[in-house]
Amino acid sequence: MTHDQSFTNQKFKLVGSRVNRPDGVDKVTGRAKYGADASAPGQLVALFLRSPHAHAKIKKLDTSKAEKLAGVKAVITSADLPDHTAGAQLDVLENCMARDRVLYDGHAVAAVAAIDKETAKKALKLIKVSYGKLPHVTDVDEAMRPGAPLVREDIFTRGVDPKPTEPSNVCKVSTFGHGDIEAGFDEADVIIEKSFKTEQTHQGYIEPHACLASVGPDGNGELWVTTQGHYTYRTVCAALLGMDMAKLKVTSSEIGGGFGGKTHVWIEPIALALSRKANRPVKAVMTRDEVFKASGPTCSTSMDIKIGAKKDGTITAGSAHIRYQDGAFRGQWGQLGAMTAFACYDLKNVQSVGYDVLVNRPKVAAYRAPSAPMAAFGVESTMDLVAEAIEMDPVTLRIKNAAKEGTRASYGPTYGPIGIGPTLEAAKNHPHMRAKLKKNQGRGMACGFWFNFGGQTCTDINISADGTVNLTLGTVDVGGSRASMSLICAEELGIPYDQVKANIADTSSLGHNDTTEGSRGTFSSGMATIFAAREAIEEMKERAAQTWDIPVEEVEWVEGEARAIGQKNDNLPPLTLKDIAARAAATGGPIAGHNEVVADGAGVSFASHICDVEVDPETGGTRIIRYTVIQDAGKAINPDYVEGQFQGGAAQGIGWALNEEYIYGDDGRLQNAGFLDYRIPVCSDLPFIDTEILEIPNPNHPYGIRGVGETSIVPPLAAIGNAVSNAAGVRMTHVPMSPPRILKAIEEAEA
Amino acid sequence: MTGTLVNTTVNGDAVQFACPTDESLMDSLRDRVGLTGVKEGCGTGDCGACSITLDGELVCSCLVLGVEANGRNIGTVEGLADGDKLHPLQEQFINHAALQCGICTPGFLVAAKALLDKNKNPTEEEIRYALAGNLCRCTGYDKIVRAVQAASKDLRKKK
Repeated sequence: MTHDQSFTNQKFKLVGSRVNRPDGVDKVTGRAKYGADASAPGQLVALFLRSPHAHAKIKKLDTSKAEKLAGVKAVITSADLPDHTAGAQLDVLENCMARDRVLYDGHAVAAVAAIDKETAKKALKLIKVSYGKLPHVTDVDEAMRPGAPLVREDIFTRGVDPKPTEPSNVCKVSTFGHGDIEAGFDEADVIIEKSFKTEQTHQGYIEPHACLASVGPDGNGELWVTTQGHYTYRTVCAALLGMDMAKLKVTSSEIGGGFGGKTHVWIEPIALALSRKANRPVKAVMTRDEVFKASGPTCSTSMDIKIGAKKDGTITAGSAHIRYQDGAFRGQWGQLGAMTAFACYDLKNVQSVGYDVLVNRPKVAAYRAPSAPMAAFGVESTMDLVAEAIEMDPVTLRIKNAAKEGTRASYGPTYGPIGIGPTLEAAKNHPHMRAKLKKNQGRGMACGFWFNFGGQTCTDINISADGTVNLTLGTVDVGGSRASMSLICAEELGIPYDQVKANIADTSSLGHNDTTEGSRGTFSSGMATIFAAREAIEEMKERAAQTWDIPVEEVEWVEGEARAIGQKNDNLPPLTLKDIAARAAATGGPIAGHNEVVADGAGVSFASHICDVEVDPETGGTRIIRYTVIQDAGKAINPDYVEGQFQGGAAQGIGWALNEEYIYGDDGRLQNAGFLDYRIPVCSDLPFIDTEILEIPNPNHPYGIRGVGETSIVPPLAAIGNAVSNAAGVRMTHVPMSPPRILKAIEEAEA
Repeated sequence: MTGTLVNTTVNGDAVQFACPTDESLMDSLRDRVGLTGVKEGCGTGDCGACSITLDGELVCSCLVLGVEANGRNIGTVEGLADGDKLHPLQEQFINHAALQCGICTPGFLVAAKALLDKNKNPTEEEIRYALAGNLCRCTGYDKIVRAVQAASKDLRKKK
């Protein structure tokens, strides 16, 4: 059955209220089970041997001594992992386990499964690897220079004409835009050109990757795993190991943070391979060091931004060339960055070019609105410089050029109703904007955009005999979505929130659901939940009609009960959901609602952030004094958790802007793979983070929902960059703006 | 495995386990006692997810050896509630949406309780510094601080 997904401006009883999450008690009592919290009888412990080199040939790999050690039940190298995908996913397999050469510090070369950790550690020491070191490159600009060490010899730049004949570290060039930028710059009174850099950061989820794998000789397998997408993990693991998808049951544990980093497989296929070889359950848990070195951080970037404007503030042209390092494996990060760079603005002439560049660093994974924060840092910093040059208030400049309904986006489509203008107006009118600043303090603001995704979704609703309801979802709950989905289900059925129990299904119990990424969870599972509930209601109306012996057309569903319409039915008292559920066995059996949908039409999302900082000119240290997030949610289903997404994204952005970075030595090795040296914001670093939720309905969702999870990390780098620049009196162009970089900038400005 | 026998008290109960002498108390509690509310975020004392109390003092259990627990009193998140009655901190964490993914929550609750046991009416700044050893990547700490403030008020009302 197809359903109309148009926005209907429905009046809500429950949606929009601040309810307690259904998994709250489990999570405050320690009962909730995460990736590393499951065990199986006879389980083995898996450990990985990882490369100490940034780039090297594996000349010899000898595991014979390790295999002979008492208590070792399986050893795996690439020799145990033939490519079952005809090359299609060979790069995924190669990242999980190096084949003929290692491509980054921390690249896995072997794994063992043993009866306990002690034995597994001993076994790793017995594996002999002979490496032949190769030249390496870890910096994105260095990697693009002629003569740079080649990370891979089989990469020829895509997206350029003519097709190159020589291999390159640039795997793709993506160009977006419209109009004539040269003509646009000719019209400008002021042109600002500036280059910027951002360093590599990690999502920093507190829970390391962890799984419990079990595969029998009959080809049946189970995987308990912390993931944002257990169906995707099933698809990928089954393909890599040559297993039948239906015979691999993947259960998503509670997930201790992902932010994009748990959308790809890392140790999981290897844990399954070890289990298959040993014919015993295998538990694999990454250390924090491994998480930093061998999961998927986000890109470092380098970029050149150029914006031209008339004195009245009209932007005549914008161009961006942004170079994203993808680690050692091909990605799409440059493409995404180029698409988002100018998405906030209504520009006649615009061009953005993204470069995907390989270096000897770990494979890059998504990190919350991937690629957008870096592009926004460059563009939004340059916007402030334009405002300064034409002596216009930065918010006014942005409002004047903001995209609106009907604007042709810089990446192609024409916008429907969008929130960039309203978030900017709200920022302009916010009391924060008028608060007084003290000595060494500065204020900055910036905007941000994210697409939001939809995708394949599948949901079940089962009505129990006592009238309570099981809502079975397939989108992993990364931050409270079971509460939102329960609210939606209860709203549609007309029953109290606490009569719905939401569960995340394993892959055997419900059809495919795409990964919870792209802020799609509430948008798409919300849509499937609405439609599934409406199917259940149709079924309950049928049952009521049957009970009353009247045509179903004479039954309506109001406030959780079936009512018979029309005077002739006046003698029929309403049948509540509970009444109908109790009689289900006699009226046709269990009552369920079900929906499968490809949720299209995810509404794009915009935010404006305001930030006050204080910079200590002696130390270069920066404190966030005040921070305000204003974002369009379309419709906030559970406002507490929408605010939480706004605050969390801002906090991650603050860490990225001021502290966090991957530091590589000349040897190509990561020097700060731990939370002591890679410092994420702690409680005492931050103030309360104010939020303002705007609700500009998404026309393509019955409730008007837009994704809210990611956009909040897009503006902070630029908002803080602008604030620090205003406080320190010197333009900051390199993120993170750590104390040494700020001091250096101040000293250079003074010199 | 060569194990050393450890006799200890966990959340008021006598507990006995054997562990290698180089095993962390975090691993002993998780793998031998079965208290998986003690979380491993880093194993190096930087994230606070494995926070417990040892004779009333807040510690990272990853920095203590299992054998050091012999004869000591251990408190974990599993011991915070009084039967079916949640501790005010647990209630307020839920009420204030002070958790998203929830992996850091046990450590925060144990650390916050250690603070409130010593300081019944902490300022915002005192709360922020007392919890600075616990990393949360989801919330930006805003709702966590508010939850601790609310719980502190509840506890003062009770007495």
